[in-house]
Amino acid sequence: MKRTYASITLVGLLALSLTACGSDDPTGTGTTGADSALSGTLNGGGASSQDKAQQAWIAGFQQANSSVTVNYTKSDSGAGRKGLLDGSLSYAGTDSALTADEINDSASACAGGQAFDVPVYISPIAVAFNLAGVDSLDLDAETVAKIFDGTITRWDDPAITADNADVATSLTGPISVMYRSDDSGTTKNFTEYLSKAAGSVWTYEVSSTFPVSKDTFQGLNGTSAVVQGIQDGSGTIGYADASGIGDLATVKVKVGDEFVGPTAEGAAATLDASERSTEGRADNDIVFSINRTTTEAGAYPVILVSYLAVCDTYDTTAQADLVKGFLTYVISAEGQAQAASAAGSAPISEALRAEARNAVDSIKAKG
Amino acid sequence: MAATDTTATGTAPPVGTSEDLQAALSRVDPVRKRKDRAMRLVVYLAFTLAMVPLVSLVWSVLSRGSGRLDAYFLLHSMRNVFGGMDAGGAYHAILGTLLVTGWAALISVPIGLMVAVYLVEYGTGKLARAVTFLVDVMTGIPSIVAGLFAFALFYLAVGPQKAGIIGSVALAVLMTPVVVRSSEEMLRLVPNELREASYALGVPKWLTIIKVVLRTAVAGLTTGVMIAVARVIGETAPLIITVGMTASINRDVFHENMMTLPVFVYDQYGRGLTSCAPGAVDCVPTINFDRAWAAALTLIIIVMLLNLVARAVSRWFAPKVRG
Amino acid sequence: MLENGALENGLENGDGLENGDASENGDASENGDASENGDASTRRAAVAVADRLAVTGRRSGRGLDRGFRYLAVTSGVLIVMVLAAVAIFLVVQAWPALRAGRSVSDEVGWIPDGSSVLEAVGPLVFGTVLAALVALAVAVPVAIGIALFISHYAPRRLASALGYLVDLLAAIPSVVYGLWGVMVLAPLLHPVFSWLVRWLGWIPLFAGDSAGNASNPPRVLMTASLVLAVMILPIITAVCREVFLTTPTLHEEAALALGATRWEMIRMAVLPYGRSGIVSASMLGLGRALGETMAVLMVLSPGMLYSLKMLVGSQQQTIAANIAAKFNDASPMGHSALIATGLALFVITMMVNMAARAIVARRKDFSGAN
Repeated sequence: MKRTYASITLVGLLALSLTACGSDDPTGTGTTGADSALSGTLNGGGASSQDKAQQAWIAGFQQANSSVTVNYTKSDSGAGRKGLLDGSLSYAGTDSALTADEINDSASACAGGQAFDVPVYISPIAVAFNLAGVDSLDLDAETVAKIFDGTITRWDDPAITADNADVATSLTGPISVMYRSDDSGTTKNFTEYLSKAAGSVWTYEVSSTFPVSKDTFQGLNGTSAVVQGIQDGSGTIGYADASGIGDLATVKVKVGDEFVGPTAEGAAATLDASERSTEGRADNDIVFSINRTTTEAGAYPVILVSYLAVCDTYDTTAQADLVKGFLTYVISAEGQAQAASAAGSAPISEALRAEARNAVDSIKAKG
Repeated sequence: MAATDTTATGTAPPVGTSEDLQAALSRVDPVRKRKDRAMRLVVYLAFTLAMVPLVSLVWSVLSRGSGRLDAYFLLHSMRNVFGGMDAGGAYHAILGTLLVTGWAALISVPIGLMVAVYLVEYGTGKLARAVTFLVDVMTGIPSIVAGLFAFALFYLAVGPQKAGIIGSVALAVLMTPVVVRSSEEMLRLVPNELREASYALGVPKWLTIIKVVLRTAVAGLTTGVMIAVARVIGETAPLIITVGMTASINRDVFHENMMTLPVFVYDQYGRGLTSCAPGAVDCVPTINFDRAWAAALTLIIIVMLLNLVARAVSRWFAPKVRG
Repeated sequence: MLENGALENGLENGDGLENGDASENGDASENGDASENGDASTRRAAVAVADRLAVTGRRSGRGLDRGFRYLAVTSGVLIVMVLAAVAIFLVVQAWPALRAGRSVSDEVGWIPDGSSVLEAVGPLVFGTVLAALVALAVAVPVAIGIALFISHYAPRRLASALGYLVDLLAAIPSVVYGLWGVMVLAPLLHPVFSWLVRWLGWIPLFAGDSAGNASNPPRVLMTASLVLAVMILPIITAVCREVFLTTPTLHEEAALALGATRWEMIRMAVLPYGRSGIVSASMLGLGRALGETMAVLMVLSPGMLYSLKMLVGSQQQTIAANIAAKFNDASPMGHSALIATGLALFVITMMVNMAARAIVARRKDFSGAN
């Protein structure tokens, strides 16, 4: 019997010592600078496209505020917005701005206030593929649309070979299309590009669920699954946020007379050519209507602008301060640079940052 | 000719040498022999066929997971780690797994043990039969359904939220029937003579059960509990919907998200490849997959340890016959 | 007096402490001088103690005994209540989605437009059952093969090591099987599936897509089923092996003595004896395959069709994987709809379990085992 108790004690001690000696500082940076007054847990969630940037922001913010824990649960934009509106999340990452209905519904979650959007993450959506012997493809918007609606089913289709004569011999076999099976802002931005830039071919509605269902297509759950699918197969093609595609080859799309690949600069150029959408929106609600048909030199129009949706009023001061602190960091030059290095996104411009700063400063606690 | 015929049909052999007899008796119809050989081949083939994936699985986990599995990995969390950063570990997940599973055991072991005591020592009639039946039914509850149950329970009580204890309840639902089954088996192994001897000394029943029955069976009970723990410690799906994920250490099972080891494996896999800026140092494109494999290996090691220790306990602490 | 004497005897024999106390109290010399007197007084004291002990012991003992009994019975009742609670909570939470009828599809993304939950759960049930049955069809024959190998073909020492190994493999968590399935197995399977489509494509299960190909990469139900098969293999094997090992040696030797080959012995003695065990092992495996989440979630490209094409992606989905994929993204109505599908899974697995029990119970009656 003694041995039983001894072994139980031993196991207990082992477990206890294990719980005591772990470190929450794997990067060895510790806390830099003076410790802030902020503390607590901030729960956000939503778009998986900005997940990599979120991890970078969270790391930077937590380093500056050591007693704060921020959790970002990546799922999809719709879930993020729903989470904000039902109060289970304090902020939402979303690839499409809040709708007018959602803003109207936000009073109960926002302590009588309103929810609004802040653009924080501008990233190219890459059309990535895996085809032996081909490193880059030049395609126009119509051809991309035809591939993704299933009209073009083989790599040696004349529409593809016409612009890619140099690799024509490698262009063989059937095309397997990978798409997002979940509700996705990436899908919404990608289909919006197709319907604006190739409206004659792509007649589907813009939607966050991929509209085409063909048995040669495979839907996969989340950005990384799509990328993994493209990589595992051969003759595969799909779309994903450029931060997640690893070293897969990408399509250069036709803009004006040029073919442009997915780069942060190209994304920024497109946003510069786009306009604010102000209709039915409050002043602090910064939302863009992206110009998908720009012919600006070097602009890459397949981009997504990802927002943080937050409330302007929170129940408690602690929560309001956390959200405000986090967002202030995210839109700061430092935060934007952090995201650019982690996710390859385009930093938001100086002017936009000032505007966003004003909006963030309006966040307050109830009462 | 006639003689061999009669031998073959099995009637008493006439005059003949014993070798003839032996040969005749041990001769097998070639068709039957071929069938026997063929079936042996099939069985061997089935065995080899099955070993291929299982060996491949173990090999993949070992070869891909051992690279990152070191003290740093076991003792650091993922806080402030992002992108392709060559850092971060599974400490928070290991801790979460121990806490969530520990609480699950704390809930399910007393209940399971008492149910087993009820079935063995008190149970008669309809209730006992119903309990036996329902424990069997409970064994078959899919883990995701247990997770949904725990979610629904806490949703009605405290609204939508995630916490370690919700996962513990889900795991306890899965664990209790296993504890009942194994404990019941162990208690039934305790010879009735011991109980009767105890009663004869005037020891009341409850004390007999605690001091004699449970004590005699303690090794078997420990083994059963550990195997039950090993069975639920790798559960993923119910924890995804009840406990959630975080990158930081959380020691509080009653508040906020917690990371657990199986969910960590899933989460790291789900993060996929990262793109490293050209020329970036300290950046590993496959870092998330590496961590997933290392965590998978850690999980397997924990499960194997539990199984091995359970077996050792049952061997070492088995009741010994005293002289 | 006789009774008291007996009690006293029992007390003295049974309780060493009391005995010691008594001798310490009694002065040795006095004891020697007036033995009779001393004897009587000690006896009286002892009897008094015994009476008190017996009375208090009986009273508090009975209370504790009853308390302990209540505790045990309550635990038994608790199990009944937990199971009832699982069913009740699921029904309560599923009710809003079930009552909403077709309008639920407006609020819940994964439900096809204009479908109610009951209509949407159909393809999921179909996918779940299809995946599990195919996994079972692959796993059971192989598992019986391994179990026979371990119990009747392998050398004894190897056999016990293998038995141990199989038990350990049964404990590997499903998320590890999922990780292996999607990162190691799936990339290897495409050539095999292409071959199946080309030569066996006329079988509905192996039909290709509209262009006549197997999906590439194979994120298809067949891959998921194969991972499930590998996963349930150790469980089925472990049970089968145990059952085969319990075949009475007399039966086996009788068969061998009649001149049976090893295979004939197995067919005539081992398999009939173990049939109910094989059935219950298969049902156990089926139950596990039906409810398995992670392997399917990580491997399969989901779809919501009644489709037999197991080599084509985006055709089917299972209930469990669908819940895990959508639950964290869901609104209250979405949760409700997913819990409704969980209820369906609960009912299916309960039915499988009960069927397994019924089969095993019936065979027990006939086989005369025990």
